[in-house]
Amino acid sequence: MTPDYTTTARHADSRRPARRTEHFVADVSETPLQVTDRVKDEAAPLSLWGEAWKNLRKQPLFLISAFLILVVVAVSVFPGMFSQIDPTSEACQLANSDAGPAAGHPLGFTQQGCDVYARVIFGTRSSVTVGLFTTIGVLLIGGILGAVAGYYGGWIDSVLARINDIFFALPLILGAIVMMQLPMFRTNKTVWTLVLILVIFGWPQIARITRGAVIEVRNADFVTAARSLGVSKFGALMRHVMPNSLAPIIVVATISLGTFIVAESTLSFLGIGLPPSVMSWGNDIQAAQASLRSNPMPLLYPAIALSITVLSFIMLGDALRDALDPKARKR
Amino acid sequence: MSASVDFQEAEYATERPLLEIKDLAIGFTTSNGEVNAVRNAHLTVMPGETVAIVGESGSGKSTTALAAIGLLPGNGRVAAGQILFDGEDISNASEKRMIELRGNSIGMVPQDPMSNLNPVWKIGDQVRETLKANGLPSGPDDVAKVLSQAGLPDAGSRAKQYPHEFSGGMRQRALIAIGLACQPRLLIADEPTSALDVTVQRQILDHLDKMTTELGTAVLLITHDLGLAAERADQVVVMYRGQVVESGPSLELLQNPQHPYTQRLVASAPSLASRRIQAAKELGVETDDMLAPSETGVVEPAKSDDVLQIQNLRKVFKLRSGLGKSTDFTAVDDISFNVKRGTTTAIVGESGSGKSTVAQMVLNLLTPTSGKIIFDGVDTSTLNSKELFAFRRRVQPIFQDPYGSLDPMYNIFRTIEEPLRTHKIGDKASREKKVRELLDQVALPQSTMQRYPNELSGGQRQRVAIARALALDPEVIICDEAVSALDVLVQAQVLNLLAELQTRLGLTYLFITHDLAVVRQIADRVCVMEKGKLVETGSTDDVFESPQQDYTRALLNAIPGAGLMLPPEMDVA
Repeated sequence: MTPDYTTTARHADSRRPARRTEHFVADVSETPLQVTDRVKDEAAPLSLWGEAWKNLRKQPLFLISAFLILVVVAVSVFPGMFSQIDPTSEACQLANSDAGPAAGHPLGFTQQGCDVYARVIFGTRSSVTVGLFTTIGVLLIGGILGAVAGYYGGWIDSVLARINDIFFALPLILGAIVMMQLPMFRTNKTVWTLVLILVIFGWPQIARITRGAVIEVRNADFVTAARSLGVSKFGALMRHVMPNSLAPIIVVATISLGTFIVAESTLSFLGIGLPPSVMSWGNDIQAAQASLRSNPMPLLYPAIALSITVLSFIMLGDALRDALDPKARKR
Repeated sequence: MSASVDFQEAEYATERPLLEIKDLAIGFTTSNGEVNAVRNAHLTVMPGETVAIVGESGSGKSTTALAAIGLLPGNGRVAAGQILFDGEDISNASEKRMIELRGNSIGMVPQDPMSNLNPVWKIGDQVRETLKANGLPSGPDDVAKVLSQAGLPDAGSRAKQYPHEFSGGMRQRALIAIGLACQPRLLIADEPTSALDVTVQRQILDHLDKMTTELGTAVLLITHDLGLAAERADQVVVMYRGQVVESGPSLELLQNPQHPYTQRLVASAPSLASRRIQAAKELGVETDDMLAPSETGVVEPAKSDDVLQIQNLRKVFKLRSGLGKSTDFTAVDDISFNVKRGTTTAIVGESGSGKSTVAQMVLNLLTPTSGKIIFDGVDTSTLNSKELFAFRRRVQPIFQDPYGSLDPMYNIFRTIEEPLRTHKIGDKASREKKVRELLDQVALPQSTMQRYPNELSGGQRQRVAIARALALDPEVIICDEAVSALDVLVQAQVLNLLAELQTRLGLTYLFITHDLAVVRQIADRVCVMEKGKLVETGSTDDVFESPQQDYTRALLNAIPGAGLMLPPEMDVA
């Protein structure tokens, strides 16, 4: 199977003297022709999300964070399964004040004599509730306003963008401190008032991300194609633009879920978040700081729980970002 | 052969090749394991010679060239073979040695003039950087000299400008200036003009030719266009799926292609096909390259009238220039033409000529500033929303970018079904039947239905887009650069499909393109646009044979391979 060489003179060129160039032809059996543009039907069809899932399954970052989040969620839904001890103040015995670990009480006691482990377990729910529902609220408000601004543009966009800027300029903590002093909030502090306040100051970020994502997609050819098929403008937004803008929004929402949990703890720590009657990590950290020097453990454990939870949401967001990266999509 | 020629040949036999690639294999490490991008590649560039590597995307042509300058991406490596530059094996040379070679021995002109200049550096500084890195004098005069050699007028003041102040052609000139600044012995030009308009492309290539001849620089030209390669290079190397399938003197390769792949390429390259049609016309012969049905062979559509009438169409955009002030920009300026039912009308123009704006207005996605678009006797601007909905059924678009025109979240079935569902045609079962029929029509297997766009190639996506456009049995299809982004063979396939569908279904095409070579193959009538104005319109034959306007003539001359003497009938069995 030797290649077929034929030698011919190079085509006429007045600039340079003739130089011999051989005409090489590769063996056809070694370079077989394939059908032009054949559809590969070996692999199973994979949707965008299917492919993202396939990538995610192999990522340790995702697996670890997903496992931790599952544990945290399980703890917050069924705290009784993880601790049988009553963590409420009534059940605490001052005799145990600041005591170290004992049988059945692996993490020791607080200054009030409450079991630290049980308080950490039962405090999970309020943190997760605030984080989750704030994220949902922020996604609804920020998502809708951002999508409308980005998709319709024009004066709607200008007005919404300015409102967005105003809220963006207000620091969350400062804003929350002021809001929480309003009579209507001061007198009935619950998990839901906190969610409301965090939503009010948290939506601009999601609105910005959504607006950017929508603007990027709205000019895509497939949207124009849908419009020229007769799909209405709003229909194109719902059917084509929004589903294609979701990826970056989900990533940011996941990461901000973590930061909302931190915000809850911060506000509770400052004494303007959840009332002391509600068990939460922030309240526990605040209560424990009084005895920080003599017994740092009651502060340390809720802080660790808080860090792990927040970190797993941020890690999950990072893993999602990698898997849903639009640049990796195009090939 | 005379004695003197023999003497010269003897002299050249001992001459050392400047670049010699032997049995080169390049592997990439990816998440799916080792992928062989290039196998058994071999080519030889003699000093001062121009060699073109031709191939479609993914054929390994750019990878081979990048290996020669030691710029393979981090996950790629030379797995076997040798790259000899002036006798020295540089396939695994140290980074230090490569830095010495780059610039003053091997220069490079990258593909995309838009992204290959640093936007925050002045042009002059970018040239100076190259000169400095290679230890050459780099005063303002030296920089200006390099730039003016590359054909930039008024180089001294141009050097003080930023890339965004340059047009695409000027940026490419600046890149050529950088590539040739240190007078390298070998210049690697990776698709140097594929992002530019044809007339600019011709100017740039002419100038590059002139410069490299003067400097005696050898050029390794990478291109997807066989016509361009044959016109510009002494030797053509054809690559296919990572292997060199054929190489030889360019004209010989065109006239006598041996490998089946090269034969297909020669048969499909639009620039060559249009050249053959032209040659055939001059001799009065019919060729198979004409995709547009000739007047006699076509199935007469039911009605033979002007399905589209464009009358005095104008579109003015208001450009904001700060503080409530705005300037008018006339994108489309008073154009009129008619489109006959069942025929193909091409609107040709370079970027910024307003051709796509016309398409958008015909699709009723943009409102004209003035003028009328009359579709089947009805002025489209007077349609109410219900009539507009009905109009949408009858006029459908196919867009350029096969990656952008399908919703990545929809599988192929939903994509093609969407128009049927939107217009509430049939029930679920009948819609599925229709989708299957449509896939058959565009020659895609029915199993494609379950796939997602990201699993299909560009050509396949474009077929899906065609199937979607056909779903509502439209009368007119607007193809906005519908084949420009496709590889040559795939492009030919899609063009054939479009032509076949036209004969079968009596479709009318409005074909928006910058590529006159494609127009020659497919269109019955041509409208040439320049800067928003219609400069020439007529039947394709008339326009190609006796263009009336200078602009049209310049466009025609700029088709790569226009100067090649090709036999009208290629025997490509």
